[in-house]
Amino acid sequence: MRTENQKAWFFVLPVLGLVAFNALVPMMTVVNYSVQETFGNNQFFWEGLGWFEQILRSDRFQAALGRQFLFTLLILLIEVPLGIIVALSMPRKGFWVPVCLVLMALPMLIPWNVVGSMWNIFTLPKIGLLGYFLNDVLGINYDMTQQPLSAWITVVIMDVWHWTSLVVLLCYAGLVSIPDAYYQAAKIDGASPWSVFRYIQLPKMKTVLTIAVLLRFMDSFNIYTEPFVLTGGGPGNSTTLLSIDLVKIALGQFDLGPAAAMSLIYFAITLLVSWVFYTLMTKDDAQ
Amino acid sequence: MIELQDATKRVGNVIHIKPTTLTLQTGHFNVLLGATGSGKTSLIKMMAGLDPIASGKVLMDGQDVTRLNTQKRQISLVHQFFVNYPHMTVFDNIASPLRVAGMAKSEIEGRVEEAADLLQLRPMLHRRPHELSGGQQQRTALARAIAKESRAVFLDEPLANLDYKLREELREQLPDLFAGRGAVVVYATSEPEEALLLGGYTALMEDGRVTQFGPTADIYRNPENIAAARVFSDPPINVARVTVSGAQARLAGGGGWQVADMTDGEYMVAVRPHRVTPIRTSDADVELTGRVIVTELSGSDSSAHFQHGEDAWVSLAAGVHPYQVGEDHRFFMNPAHCRYFGQDGKRVA
Amino acid sequence: MAQIKLSNLKHSYMPTPKGPDDYALKEIDVTWRDGGAYALLGPSGCGKSTLLNIISGLLTPSEGQILFDDRDVTALPPDQRNIAQVFQFPVIYDTMTVGENLAFPLKNRGVDAATIKRRVDEIAEMLDVTELLKTRASGLSPDNKQKISMGRGLVRDDVNAVMFDEPLTVIDPHLKWKLRSKLKELHQRVKATMIYVTHDQTEALTFADEVVVMQDGEVVQIGTPVELFERPQHTFVGHFIGSPGMNVLPCEARGDRAVFEGHEVTLEGPTHGDGGRTDLGIRPEYVGFSDTGIPARVTKVSDIGRHYVVSAMVGNTALKAVTEHSVPEPGSQVFLQFKPEQSRVYRDGWIASEERTQ
Repeated sequence: MRTENQKAWFFVLPVLGLVAFNALVPMMTVVNYSVQETFGNNQFFWEGLGWFEQILRSDRFQAALGRQFLFTLLILLIEVPLGIIVALSMPRKGFWVPVCLVLMALPMLIPWNVVGSMWNIFTLPKIGLLGYFLNDVLGINYDMTQQPLSAWITVVIMDVWHWTSLVVLLCYAGLVSIPDAYYQAAKIDGASPWSVFRYIQLPKMKTVLTIAVLLRFMDSFNIYTEPFVLTGGGPGNSTTLLSIDLVKIALGQFDLGPAAAMSLIYFAITLLVSWVFYTLMTKDDAQ
Repeated sequence: MIELQDATKRVGNVIHIKPTTLTLQTGHFNVLLGATGSGKTSLIKMMAGLDPIASGKVLMDGQDVTRLNTQKRQISLVHQFFVNYPHMTVFDNIASPLRVAGMAKSEIEGRVEEAADLLQLRPMLHRRPHELSGGQQQRTALARAIAKESRAVFLDEPLANLDYKLREELREQLPDLFAGRGAVVVYATSEPEEALLLGGYTALMEDGRVTQFGPTADIYRNPENIAAARVFSDPPINVARVTVSGAQARLAGGGGWQVADMTDGEYMVAVRPHRVTPIRTSDADVELTGRVIVTELSGSDSSAHFQHGEDAWVSLAAGVHPYQVGEDHRFFMNPAHCRYFGQDGKRVA
Repeated sequence: MAQIKLSNLKHSYMPTPKGPDDYALKEIDVTWRDGGAYALLGPSGCGKSTLLNIISGLLTPSEGQILFDDRDVTALPPDQRNIAQVFQFPVIYDTMTVGENLAFPLKNRGVDAATIKRRVDEIAEMLDVTELLKTRASGLSPDNKQKISMGRGLVRDDVNAVMFDEPLTVIDPHLKWKLRSKLKELHQRVKATMIYVTHDQTEALTFADEVVVMQDGEVVQIGTPVELFERPQHTFVGHFIGSPGMNVLPCEARGDRAVFEGHEVTLEGPTHGDGGRTDLGIRPEYVGFSDTGIPARVTKVSDIGRHYVVSAMVGNTALKAVTEHSVPEPGSQVFLQFKPEQSRVYRDGWIASEERTQ
């Protein structure tokens, strides 16, 4: 039977205060900027929804949004199945368990800008190890500073390297919680490895997978530091994702109004897609 | 003494405990008997102050404790799962509530040793819980409850995860362990047999309600309604349809007897399996013929499940009785042991 | 279905066992006939789970053989032994319906759709789950889930045996009874070899035709429920089976008499051997109250509904009696009569009196 204790609210109160302070207050500032025009000196002029309209209609925004969706889609399509496969092939017992867990956790422990710099140096043609190897040993024409395709592949691989571990660790936690009896029963029922995956492992991983997909969606949709350090959004605008574009507008051009409107739109899209994901993935349980 | 006055528990819009008024005394076990989900644990948590009460009151020794913290109620709780501090020895586990209460060192030692002796834990006092068997771990939890001076001790299915024989032994010792300690002892169980063996008073629970409360053996013999009869029976009580007309009762599947003081009509009759035997036990016995579906022979007892008309019956008799599955056998039932219930489930005779 | 034979089976979890204490299973020789209902009964840690895992193939024994119909399967992996198993906690495939769950073992073996449907309907009918066939299995109550686990074992007709590993652990008492009867009924209908592992004597005795009682990795007695109850070969069996268990009372034995707390008791027959710890074994059911006999003081009377359990002291020894009528008052002085044909002597635990031949 479920229990409920009203006292819990007292403990949550400080957190609510904190959230209000560091999320709600700045957000209200952004809302404030998004509906006004300013020319400095703290002078503001009412602009209404003009900025929103301008942003939504602009080709630049639409292009960045398209790149953003493409990036996130690729990330999810690669990292989720790959994470599941890696988790399935990890040992469940014995000496190698902690070794694997540490190895998996390592990429996640590296600061984001360091990841960007690492991959930048690693992949630079001529000086980078990978860049040199691909160009001068294998003879493949690869230059992420000049070719959009090379840049895209590098950004995606970097993210896969950095974040697949998260999916792996979450899936692994789901897998080890399955009692042995299930595997024994499946053996007795003559189930194939695919059936074991489809009818035992996947259903038992469902909750953690939902969390993994949501986290990876939100993170990859809001990603900034790593691609910025790696490619700076280039070559050209080819890897300019939404967040990079937003920073360019806000801090590069100092267009605060459009930038504020854009970040609210950005936020609304993230929220909406997360909500749709969550509803779809938990729909079955509610029935 | 613990009193519940119209106490209810709600989670969101779901009512978990319907208005309950109950007075539990010291000096004997108070058993809460009911199936999983009937509200035993909820009721215990309300009395222990672990769950808030939506309406009504809880009183301990006449004092209103409805809003009092669990920590201040001076109670002990033993859970179904063996809850001990894993990093402490058995001694420290038993001593921990005494230390919290700020008792003198010498007195703590005396009390821990006394409790350890009662539960035969003396040789294990310096081991840690993971070195103990399940039975010893649960005895450690019980010793902690005994050593602590409590106004109330709540035992929530404390034996459920133990071996059958171990359960039998501990169950026998429990009433003696708590006798004369002045605490109200509340024991939740889903096993009717356990309630009978512990004696004292029993509250039957079903669907968030106490359906009957009284001395254990009394309510076993005189259930007030068909639900209470069903809850308090193991093996399940036989329930059959019976028609009364002109002081004569007739089973739907055949067989009849005289009844007194009952108006004509349709009733349900309940009779315990051990009152339905393959041999005649008295002249008043009614004969029932039925086709045997399943037989079970436990060494000391034989039981037969048989079909009598449309009703399924179970007979349980001491000794070895040869039944042939699929064949008709004769069974005997003394109407003196029958209890009658109306269509609304209430006891009529 | 097959006959199962365990021959000279020993198992140790240590790589190089030295003494008998290093063995989790000391020496097991059992033959289970095709189509029988058997139980492995013993307290936690007696080795019954080890034995179960050896039969199902999850463990390879250190010594000895397992034979299915004289075919040595000792080295075969679990999936090649054709053994179905029902676990302590119900195992069901959450995303499937009840019907799909039952069909699963057949589908995996490539059985044709018509046969699958026929078998599933048949088993569902036996288990009273026909109306649930189309519901999702994840929402079922524990007893129904356990029924489905059983059903998956019974739906195949190529299984050598169905094994039950304490299958009623998570089931409520009043449903336990029903499920147990259902299992018994299933056995009486399908005649599969069934092996039931439990620490609960009631479950073992009511289910099985023959029970193997184990203690400390050894088989103490194999017998029908009646044999185990009526004539336990060891005080452990006497105590473990029956509720309350057999009274084991220190005594001295001479010929067909025993002397217990200074009172002479007539035994079932003459005793053999001498020395060792000598005990008189008598079940509470066979201790009666009378006007003469062994004087005792009643310490406690428990009304357990069906009958009364009377605890009494004879000298310094406590014993129990079960009675349906003539209930003495606690604290009163009574006289006890031991049924001679049910009074026997044990030396160092093992039976030492001879059965009366009449």
